[in-house]
Amino acid sequence: MSLAGLRQGKPEHAGHGEAGEQPHEVAADIHFAAPFSKENAGMDESVPGGAYNFAYLDEETKRMIRRAILKGIAIPGYQVPFASREMPMPYGWGTGGVQVSAACLTPDDSFKVIDQGADDTTNAVSIRKFFERTAGVETTERTAEATVIQTRHRIPETPLTEGQILVYQVPIPEPLRFLEPRETETRRMHALEDYGLMHVKLYEDIARHGEIATAYAYPVKVEGRYVMDPSPIPKFDNPKMEMAAIQLFGAGREQRIYAIPPYTRVVSLDFEDHPFVAGKAPHDCALCGASDTYLDEIITDDAGSRMYVCSDTDHCATRQEAAA
Amino acid sequence: MYVAVKGGERAIDAAHEWLAEERRGDVSVPELSVAQIREQMALAVNRVMAEGSLYDPDLAALAIKQARGDLIEAIFLIRAYRTTLPRFGSAEPVETGEMACDRRISATFKDAPGGQVLGPTFDYTHRLIDFALAAEGEPPAAREALAEEAPMPRVTEMLSRDGLIQQEQASDEVPPDLTRAPLEFPAGRPLRLQALTRGDEGFVLSMAYSTQRGYGRNHPFVGELRIGAVPVEMEIPELGFSVEIGEVVLTECETVNQFTGSKTEPPQFTRGYGLVFGQTERKAISMALVDRALRWEELGEDNLGAPAQDEEFVIAHSDNIQATGFLEHIKLPHYVDFQAELELVRKLRAEAMAGQQQEAAE
Amino acid sequence: MTPLLSVQGIRKTYGFRIGCTDVGFDLYPGEVMGIVGESGSGKSTLLSCLAGHLTPDQGSVVFDTRAEGPRDTVTMSEPERRMLGRTDWAFVHQNPRDGLRMSVSAGGNVGERLMAVGARHYGQIRETATDWLGRVEITEDRIDDRPRAFSGGMQQRLQIARNLVSGPRLVFMDEPTGGLDVSVQARLLDLLRGLVREMGLSALIVTHDLAVVRLLAHRLMVMKSGRVVETGLTDQVLDDPQHPYTQLLVSSVLQV
Repeated sequence: MSLAGLRQGKPEHAGHGEAGEQPHEVAADIHFAAPFSKENAGMDESVPGGAYNFAYLDEETKRMIRRAILKGIAIPGYQVPFASREMPMPYGWGTGGVQVSAACLTPDDSFKVIDQGADDTTNAVSIRKFFERTAGVETTERTAEATVIQTRHRIPETPLTEGQILVYQVPIPEPLRFLEPRETETRRMHALEDYGLMHVKLYEDIARHGEIATAYAYPVKVEGRYVMDPSPIPKFDNPKMEMAAIQLFGAGREQRIYAIPPYTRVVSLDFEDHPFVAGKAPHDCALCGASDTYLDEIITDDAGSRMYVCSDTDHCATRQEAAA
Repeated sequence: MYVAVKGGERAIDAAHEWLAEERRGDVSVPELSVAQIREQMALAVNRVMAEGSLYDPDLAALAIKQARGDLIEAIFLIRAYRTTLPRFGSAEPVETGEMACDRRISATFKDAPGGQVLGPTFDYTHRLIDFALAAEGEPPAAREALAEEAPMPRVTEMLSRDGLIQQEQASDEVPPDLTRAPLEFPAGRPLRLQALTRGDEGFVLSMAYSTQRGYGRNHPFVGELRIGAVPVEMEIPELGFSVEIGEVVLTECETVNQFTGSKTEPPQFTRGYGLVFGQTERKAISMALVDRALRWEELGEDNLGAPAQDEEFVIAHSDNIQATGFLEHIKLPHYVDFQAELELVRKLRAEAMAGQQQEAAE
Repeated sequence: MTPLLSVQGIRKTYGFRIGCTDVGFDLYPGEVMGIVGESGSGKSTLLSCLAGHLTPDQGSVVFDTRAEGPRDTVTMSEPERRMLGRTDWAFVHQNPRDGLRMSVSAGGNVGERLMAVGARHYGQIRETATDWLGRVEITEDRIDDRPRAFSGGMQQRLQIARNLVSGPRLVFMDEPTGGLDVSVQARLLDLLRGLVREMGLSALIVTHDLAVVRLLAHRLMVMKSGRVVETGLTDQVLDDPQHPYTQLLVSSVLQV
């Protein structure tokens, strides 16, 4: 079984082998890609910044991460502990997502990075540059053209398709953390499917505010089993999580990886008489006119004037081009 | 017409150029060399090595220079570099009992074989700003004596001979590696010690201090504090025996803690243990106190609910690279989350206002 | 008739010290049993073993489950035991803080067990919570208040509502009136007696207060140094104690 093989519609990449295959690895180990080949192994001098391995991480580390990813895909929504490495960027700035992307990327991939929906926010620029330098992969701002998309806080508006991977940066992977801070206890709650407390929180919201007062990082139940934190995406994006692409979630500091395989049931928690509503600002985009996208509110002068524009910059630009 | 903000990349490049200028400071002032930092900022270098988990004084000095003296930033640079280094193997455990001590003190015995050696310590300096240091010039040479040839056995071993201190069980088991396996709780003592030795000095100090003030008090005495160089040996598979590959300076602290016995253990002294790279005695003593506090369960003591007794709390929050990264990430754009909150608060406010108006009308 | 709970040969030690040993009894549906003894007699250890909070070293605790009939809860899997703990079993702690979520509203506290077993209709959950608050004499307008704002007696009544809302068949109570003023105790006892009768509950009540068992328990078990020294009908044990320790206990010479 290989991760590339999981991405339907995309042929398995050759020549992206396990450099320095350890002889003591037992047969039960999962092998991820085509056999060892010299071209892309080890220190790749053809890429800028070639003092480091392809996509920065050494092959052994990538293999460890791929194992965690496969386990995550096999148990949708379950948080798999992994030995997160110290990355050359701060914890909390996407080290989990970067490690997951590094483990997924092949030289043929087309990589897109967004932060807050936009390709040109500083941290997105920084992460994209990191992979341009260490992996030499092609990068793109076009959602439809990307094979791997790393994101912070948004799901692109353009529906994703089979063969694409969406990698989320996750700050706190544990949906129960702010109800119960202890890891030992929350892991037990997941194991025993003891989720009453989660609904108590939603009950309290309604009792106090008349509705569920969670606007982002809105908890979901995956395939009827695990309650999962979708990372701090706005709840507007929650319904998109039932998609054709693979969704991978990486939390570097908290050392967890989890996943949603394609076409998996993802239900936002709610009550029958207070159903989940995916909310957004009641406006149209001032640039492309879209009425069905998530919007940024921009303050345009010091008199408090404001306008609303798509947070997904690629989606907005594509629509504007089409209209022009 | 509004145009979406662009140019993140240019802004980042410009910021980096400015940073480099600021790092250099006034060019009419001579530039610091790495060797100067290594020699004259040695305790900063030690801290960076200890919390960076990499023993390389030159590299630590360079990191301090690059980080403009921000030690946590320097530690971060060292950690990120360390993680890319290939692993050739593991050294044999170092024998701190055979340390060439620059400093060795015990608070439990007035004298012991090998004697008390003060060494280069701030302890009895009067903390008066020495304006002479502002002028350049070499200090007078320190007086010298010949090092004692006598061995310096560990003080706790003397207690151990009389059965007065709890025996630590020797084990040939390969200890778990904090940097290679995900941390899960309960972590156990080997992992706790690894986390503490690279933990933030300020955090470990405060945790230790809290035990002294009564939050999980454990009656510590500094049985022994020793600082000095120990040889590092490694077995070379081709040779089939160990060879010395270098030496490192370490600070080791063993506390002797009063213990009146519990359900499972007889009355005896118990140990807290601290071992840290470089001359880092504040950290080593703190580590020993926190180690001892975390051992309550294994010794059958009561959990007093003190923060320093809480393994998950201490270990999950001791790493300053994790802490600072997550803390500082709140500077990153959060427009999307904030927008979602904004809409929610507006909606809740509108409903609350409408409710009030209705009440007023009734 | 099948006993609701059948306990045999329970033993629990702490190192060399005996917590409780050689305890066995049957409890039938609708029956309330009191377990009395001074502090350190092992009664709380026993209750913890029976309720699954502690694992006994020996013995079995067989509960007549709804789905599968008699099952030993000691050897049952943790998920099954937890499920019992939020459906057919209830546990009332001496200190309401141990049994309530202090930062959650009264309504949320009562609703938790319902939501834990799948209730997903806010209106119905709230209705049931309101009803139960009424049954423990907490007025409806306090439903959104947190227990912190409640008096000790109210907190204890809230804990009882939170436990009984799921319609349990067996209730464990650990000194349910401990720490309350005498007048408050009397009101709580009255309430408990009413609820136990009305719902046909079986209960195990650990207490050192003989007035509590006199009012609530059909049968008594007297414990000393981890062992049961006397058992019998409540009136019989209290009015005609046989064991010297029970005699001491009843004559109130013993400071408990």
